[in-house]
Amino acid sequence: MSTTRKVLYFVVTIGVLLLLNQVFEHGVGDFQIRGYEARIVSLIGIAITLAVSLNLINGLAGQFSLGHAGFMAVGGYSATYVTVYHGQQIAGLIGSSLGEVAGAALVMPISLAVGAIAAAVAGLAVGVPSLRLKGDYLAIVTLGFGEIIRVIILNIPAVGGATGFTNTTPIANFFWIFAMAILTIVIVANIRSSTFGRALSAIREDEIAAEAMGINTTRYKVLAFVISAALAGVAGGLSGQLFANPLNPQNLNFVKSIEVIVMIVLGGIGSITGAVFGAATITILPEALRDVDRQFPGLRMVIYSLLLILLMIFRPQGLLGRKEFSVNWFRRRKAPLAPASTGGGADV
Amino acid sequence: MSDASAATAVLKVDAMTKRFGGLTAVRELSMDVPPGALYGLIGPNGAGKTTIFNLLTGVYTPTEGSIHFKGTDVAGRKPYEITKLGVARTFQNIRLFGDMTVLENVMTAHHIRSRQVLLDAVVGTPRHRHEERETRDRAMELLKIFDLDGVANEGATSLPYGNQRRLEIARALATEPSLLLLDEPAAGMNPQESIDLMKLIGWLRDEFKLTILLVEHNMKVVMGICERIQVIDYGKCIALGTPDEIQKNPAVIEAYLGGA
Amino acid sequence: MELFFQQVINGLSLGAIYALIALGYTMVYGVLRLINFAHGDVYMLGAFAGYFIANAMNLDANPSILGAIVVTMGSMAICAAIGVIIERLAYRPVRQHSRLTSLITAIGVSLLLEYGGQVVFTANPRFFPQMIRSETYAIGKVQITNQSLLIIVVSIILMFGLEFIVHRTKIGKAMRATSHNLSVAKLMGINTNFVIAFTFALGSALAAAAGVMVALAIPKIDPLMGLMTGLKAFVAAVLGGIGSIPGAMLGGMIIGLMETWIGATSYSTYRDAVAFGVLILVLLIRPSGIMGSTAAEKV
Repeated sequence: MSTTRKVLYFVVTIGVLLLLNQVFEHGVGDFQIRGYEARIVSLIGIAITLAVSLNLINGLAGQFSLGHAGFMAVGGYSATYVTVYHGQQIAGLIGSSLGEVAGAALVMPISLAVGAIAAAVAGLAVGVPSLRLKGDYLAIVTLGFGEIIRVIILNIPAVGGATGFTNTTPIANFFWIFAMAILTIVIVANIRSSTFGRALSAIREDEIAAEAMGINTTRYKVLAFVISAALAGVAGGLSGQLFANPLNPQNLNFVKSIEVIVMIVLGGIGSITGAVFGAATITILPEALRDVDRQFPGLRMVIYSLLLILLMIFRPQGLLGRKEFSVNWFRRRKAPLAPASTGGGADV
Repeated sequence: MSDASAATAVLKVDAMTKRFGGLTAVRELSMDVPPGALYGLIGPNGAGKTTIFNLLTGVYTPTEGSIHFKGTDVAGRKPYEITKLGVARTFQNIRLFGDMTVLENVMTAHHIRSRQVLLDAVVGTPRHRHEERETRDRAMELLKIFDLDGVANEGATSLPYGNQRRLEIARALATEPSLLLLDEPAAGMNPQESIDLMKLIGWLRDEFKLTILLVEHNMKVVMGICERIQVIDYGKCIALGTPDEIQKNPAVIEAYLGGA
Repeated sequence: MELFFQQVINGLSLGAIYALIALGYTMVYGVLRLINFAHGDVYMLGAFAGYFIANAMNLDANPSILGAIVVTMGSMAICAAIGVIIERLAYRPVRQHSRLTSLITAIGVSLLLEYGGQVVFTANPRFFPQMIRSETYAIGKVQITNQSLLIIVVSIILMFGLEFIVHRTKIGKAMRATSHNLSVAKLMGINTNFVIAFTFALGSALAAAAGVMVALAIPKIDPLMGLMTGLKAFVAAVLGGIGSIPGAMLGGMIIGLMETWIGATSYSTYRDAVAFGVLILVLLIRPSGIMGSTAAEKV
């Protein structure tokens, strides 16, 4: 893609997002989006950022992390903290030179950047020691770090401790949520299709062979982990500043990490399209089952867990496998890629 | 081993020993591999050949002794550092990147020569696009040499066994090595395939100006192409010389034919 | 000094619970290389099974030791059966798939038991009947309740029983063989499916015993009680060296003692983080756990 074209895409994307944001907040004529639907759409956007970012480390690099909620928490609390305690200052400072509107608008990206950096630092601190471990051990250590982060946050009164970070200003809107989701998709997709993506895939497939091909496996694992953590931090920052959606350590435990895992597994681990699909499904599913829940309280979560088990038994590669959505789908049916785990299935 | 060969050796191993607990897998082994050589390392099963490869490529660290590659001490270095210096290898038990295509396997190995930074890829800079194209072209060229260009987009593990071994060599070459280590490249191939492969190895050496170190279990294969052969038994060097000398060496005959 | 002994007693009884649950994790991991995430929930089911049996026997009105034994045994039997059913229905179908698939299946089973428990038993806590009247003995200033004493003694008996089964019986030998190498064990004519089922039964029974005993000491039971306890017990298993039975016992005791100790200091709010902190430290220094063995990958 040439540079002019890229700039064009960028401008168009921003324009469309701003337009949609306008529709989202004020509607068009009689058409108004209700708060309930708006909330679900926002949560889907955040879930996409979470799932696609986790897919970088779990799907692409094959390092099974169960600590995503921890990084979401670090980023979320840091970003929200910036807005709550320094938001006015930032708005004033930027506002004095660039105008009031710009000042108010830039609080969000600045808080998100702080959240991303904080989560990246946490990711580095967790990743460097943990990524020496493999498989189940890595899973349990990242889970442990996630829980430790949660307990630490519980003990910080300035961010609400056990009652949650409630005194926030809800500045996360449609524009920022989906701009970040798209940014995440672009970053992960570009890494994936580059030489770095191939290096990460090689690490997933065979670490010893990857090392023998000159790939510094530790460095790339940590790098993927840090990027993944930073993007989770962005998702956290959006989540914490969403209307009436306070961050609470109780909701950021390993069950949240597992939920994100379920999203990428449902869609097909390693597939970005799959992660987007999984994020949307897992966010909508509990809402869609709400009617069931009214008649049989708690049943929807039972259905949810049963679906997960059945999926693993009957379609462990997820709904999409490693496949990606592409325009080629419409042009011609290409021969499918070799099946994920069985191997040797492709026609020669 | 003359002084002259030691001075110019691509690979020089000095009294290398590797112990695993109480077991000595390699005992005071010395090697001098001159530039451009096709050097064979042979020995009965379990003699320690693969262990030697693992020591040379940094998978293991020698307990004692030194390894010099083009004058640089590489003993105890990480495998990826050694590869970067110009040593590439294949594996006895094929280790391809199974879930990737044939082409991707070879492109992956070229990563090491990449000058991009991560941001190039994320933003999609001209440097990224240019390098990506270049890597793909080079990989296709290599696949052509091995007659694998027709299956470039197949899954690597869907290839028949012999082609998987050839793909491993192609992948190793993509790292642009000056020393290539081949661990039983002809294993599992039929006699005709082995002969073809040996011819190809000789050709590769000349074409890419390589030094090749070859581990083989099959004596005939090694005798056919190697100029210099070192025989290992119980982790020790028991003979060193030209194929003719080795064939007549009583210690070698004893090791191969005599009982333990 | 009294305080120290008091903490040791409390820590040992908590640790014994973790150890009993950890044994189930470690045995299953040994034979299947699977983190059985649902194991903590089997412990919860053990407490509930005990609750229903005890109420059916009306033990609240007339407590008796014999009754308590019947309740424990009954609960162990029920959970053994549940363990076998879980393995048969959920884990066996995914055994040939990747490890990740099994792990996610286990997470799914865990969620199913927790949410299912909330539907069947409701989310409200229930009060476990007092099968044995609470008594407190004093040695000097150190207070020991008969419940914590019971937990320690019964745990020791059960662990010895397990040692006996694993090392002195034919099925134990088959378990060890399967644990060493499943496919070779199968080639040697061992019915590995039976061994795996038996391992689940054994582990689940131990978890059930832990559930009943905890419910005796802390009579509030609810469908989520297995979540954190199970996780920490798993941590105990990894800490001791997963796959190692003595390791699980040791790991459980370490976690129990550490937690009790931290709980008594001014850092008590960090109690839940302790298990993980210790785990991370140990794994970074000795990735195979205290008593585990490592096998390097062959190149």
